[in-house]
Amino acid sequence: MSALAKKQESTAARLEGLALPKGGAWATEAREAALGRLQTMGLPQRRDEYWKYTRPDTLTQENAPEASLFVSDETPLFDELDRLKIVFVDGVFDAGQSDDFAGENLTIERLSDVAEADIHWARDLYGVLEANGQTPVERPLAAMNTAFATDGVVIHVTGPVERPVSLIYRHENTTSDAILHHVIKLDAGASFTLLENGPAAARFNKSMEVDVADGAAFHHVRAQGRDHERRAVTHIFARLGTESVFKSFTLTVNGRLTRNEAVIELTGDDAVAHIAGAAMGDGDFLHDDTVFVTHDAVNCESRQVFKKVLRNGATGVFQGKILVKKDAQKTDGYQISQSLMLDDDSQFLAKPELEIYADDVACSHGSTSGAIDEDALFYLRARGVPRDIATDLLVLSFVAEAVEEIEHESLRDAINTRLEGWLERRRG
Amino acid sequence: MASLDHADVKEGVDQETVDAVREVGGKYKYGWETEIEMEYAPKGLTEDIVRLISDKNEEPEWMTQWRLEAYARWLTKEEPDWAMLDYPEVDFQDQYYYARPKSMEVKPKSLDEVDPKLLATYAKLGIPLKEQMILAGVEGAEDAPAEGRKVAVDAVFDSVSVGTTFQKELKEAGVIFCSISEAIREHPELVKKYLGSVVPVSDNFYATLNSAVFSDGSFVYVPPGVRCPMELSTYFRINAENTGQFERTLIIADKGSYVSYLEGCTAPQRDTSQLHAAVVEIVIEEDAEVKYSTVQNWYPGDENGKGGIYNFVTKRADCRGARSKVMWTQVETGSAVTWKYPSCILRGDDAQGEFYSIAITNHHQQADTGTKMIHLGKNTKSRIVSKGISAGVAQNTYRGQVSMHPKAKNSRNYTQCDSLLIGDQCGAHTVPYIEVKNNSSRVEHEATTSKVDDEQMFYCRQRGMDEEAAVALIVNGFAKEVLQALPMEFAMEAQQLVAISLEGSVG
Repeated sequence: MSALAKKQESTAARLEGLALPKGGAWATEAREAALGRLQTMGLPQRRDEYWKYTRPDTLTQENAPEASLFVSDETPLFDELDRLKIVFVDGVFDAGQSDDFAGENLTIERLSDVAEADIHWARDLYGVLEANGQTPVERPLAAMNTAFATDGVVIHVTGPVERPVSLIYRHENTTSDAILHHVIKLDAGASFTLLENGPAAARFNKSMEVDVADGAAFHHVRAQGRDHERRAVTHIFARLGTESVFKSFTLTVNGRLTRNEAVIELTGDDAVAHIAGAAMGDGDFLHDDTVFVTHDAVNCESRQVFKKVLRNGATGVFQGKILVKKDAQKTDGYQISQSLMLDDDSQFLAKPELEIYADDVACSHGSTSGAIDEDALFYLRARGVPRDIATDLLVLSFVAEAVEEIEHESLRDAINTRLEGWLERRRG
Repeated sequence: MASLDHADVKEGVDQETVDAVREVGGKYKYGWETEIEMEYAPKGLTEDIVRLISDKNEEPEWMTQWRLEAYARWLTKEEPDWAMLDYPEVDFQDQYYYARPKSMEVKPKSLDEVDPKLLATYAKLGIPLKEQMILAGVEGAEDAPAEGRKVAVDAVFDSVSVGTTFQKELKEAGVIFCSISEAIREHPELVKKYLGSVVPVSDNFYATLNSAVFSDGSFVYVPPGVRCPMELSTYFRINAENTGQFERTLIIADKGSYVSYLEGCTAPQRDTSQLHAAVVEIVIEEDAEVKYSTVQNWYPGDENGKGGIYNFVTKRADCRGARSKVMWTQVETGSAVTWKYPSCILRGDDAQGEFYSIAITNHHQQADTGTKMIHLGKNTKSRIVSKGISAGVAQNTYRGQVSMHPKAKNSRNYTQCDSLLIGDQCGAHTVPYIEVKNNSSRVEHEATTSKVDDEQMFYCRQRGMDEEAAVALIVNGFAKEVLQALPMEFAMEAQQLVAISLEGSVG
């Protein structure tokens, strides 16, 4: 039996007895199509090239591995910001803790409601961008999400929106296995900021499909919670129109296993996509950023900036790709992945790829790995800065390039405070 | 290979490149065929064929068994498909695995006894099998006064070694340089000890195939403390049709020794594709150093992608001893399909590995090539400089791995891979794997992709160069870092190849 046939067979066994959620015509159609994709691809396995550095078994096995609850003494992130809060507890919507879904230029609905309808605009996006993102590399866990997700937010932005929408993911059950699927549509000229934070669940499979129309701007800042034992696989699928802007930043602080995939397609000329991330790992921690940027239009710009600070056996993984199609002339593509290893037990595994079919482009990527620069440390210590503070300063300056990608100052400050907190807890 | 008209021009490098473009006129120079009576093994691959090859080489029983085990392993292996290469499936049963000129049936005792037709073949290729001071790879150099450096040549024609020059002089220095079939007979203790110790029999599909059917190749042993008195070189020529060439090279540099080894290869122009699957193993002991340079110029197929060599090669150097050093330099201009990753295992403390590569693909050529740097020892250093140039509808991929193991403390790697695209129908790709498992090591990887700079083009054109010559000049500048790492014998030829391969890519 071929490897694929074996994979399909074990996937069929895993899915046995799992029924697709009930819903209206369009949702049923989308879910069935996704299930078909999943059955054809099979769930990821350890030997898959795309899972070379991250073992997928705990993400695909039937039950979520237990994750104890972690009580944080930090002020909740984004607490001081004026924002529209939407709360999910272990993947279940909590109306009591959430704000009213009301805002100018903004319509927010829940997937659970939208999926009941026989027809809804979300059908043009739900599972559509995901299906599109399955080539040339398969993402079976995203297909699984599309097939089985019952809830999430469905947001339509028709113009400029000042007040960010903030998705808060609480974790209260040690064996929760949550699936959420969000759909976000920005009309031409619209602008919108989405915040996400919290550990979400013992195991979390989250997908987000974002359609950014011509001239629209989407900003996304996310912080994945501090629960040490949580696991997560997330996907962002984004389609960018002419002169649109997409900016996404993710801070990950601990968690046993995190796989964040971003699949960005620049389909309109002069579009801009920036994807950045800072991951701070201490101990039994694996953080995987898997990014795929496709340039399919002229004069677009993309940046990938990923920084990882690792200690006590933490593992950082980066798989990044810039694909420049034949007609995507004048592309400006940049990608940097770096790790700072604070001790000798950690590891950094990277596969930064370029695939280029257009000749008039400037694409570059860099990847580095190493310890704290002793010269810089000496410089600071010679000026009277104690060793631990000096180290912290160097760590902060290392991740700064990624944090700088956050455009709004208040959000940047919030993230920096979090980073400083992480360092402070490890001092002394 | 230009004439020596401009050899006296000191700054003549670029001039020669320009000349090469003009003179060669876009044709593959080595596409002719030697008409010579050949002896073939029956088509296809079976256990009997493996035995036959072993028998033809008059091998001892242990070698035959070694091959048969490899053949059994090969039957269980699947052809790799992860490279960015797209070619029709190879029918491994539709190949000849052994072909030798009839005249080689009785092994010539010296070069004087070799069939003049064979000698003429090599002379025509610019590789005269005469023991004299020559500049290998430069036409007309055999008539030049004896002031060049000495180069010992092992010439492999299809499945057999035709002869090896300077054997006596090398022997005086203690260096063994002969064909691998001779080494199996004459130096079994060395072959037994080292063969398959760097590239294990079942390493990969093609290496396993090679282990079963390799017919000839070169063997080098440099004893402790010896600096090999001349450059060693092997020239591989495929001549027979539908014949695969499977050569095996084994180089052993014992403690404190040094050797520089050059490899060249060409094949006739044919409509059908031909298979070439070689294995090169290098063992480097304490304080020893090996330089291995290749100018790979197999027939690349015509401008419509018809014919050409499928080049599946496994090359690996094992730096076993402390402070051992290896340097791979390759200029890849030929072959329809290239699948080749010369690698370094840096096992000894303070070992060093270097990889310099220029891969040029034009028309329908596809190359997936790069290196692996496996750092196992402390304070090991590696450097990778790769330049990929694509033209026509060619695809050019750099694929490499840098791995820092937990015990490889204080190690360093620097990787730079640049790609240049000439034309909007071709592709350039970079697929590096970086694995760092300790924090005292430093790994840096940089890659860029760009097109021929408009300003540089304008500058050249303004000074009266035609477009093609200007591209050749700019590309040469782009590739200079690698070309400079080549031994002198190859540097000139390589520079000309850069120009030749790009012929017809402009406009």
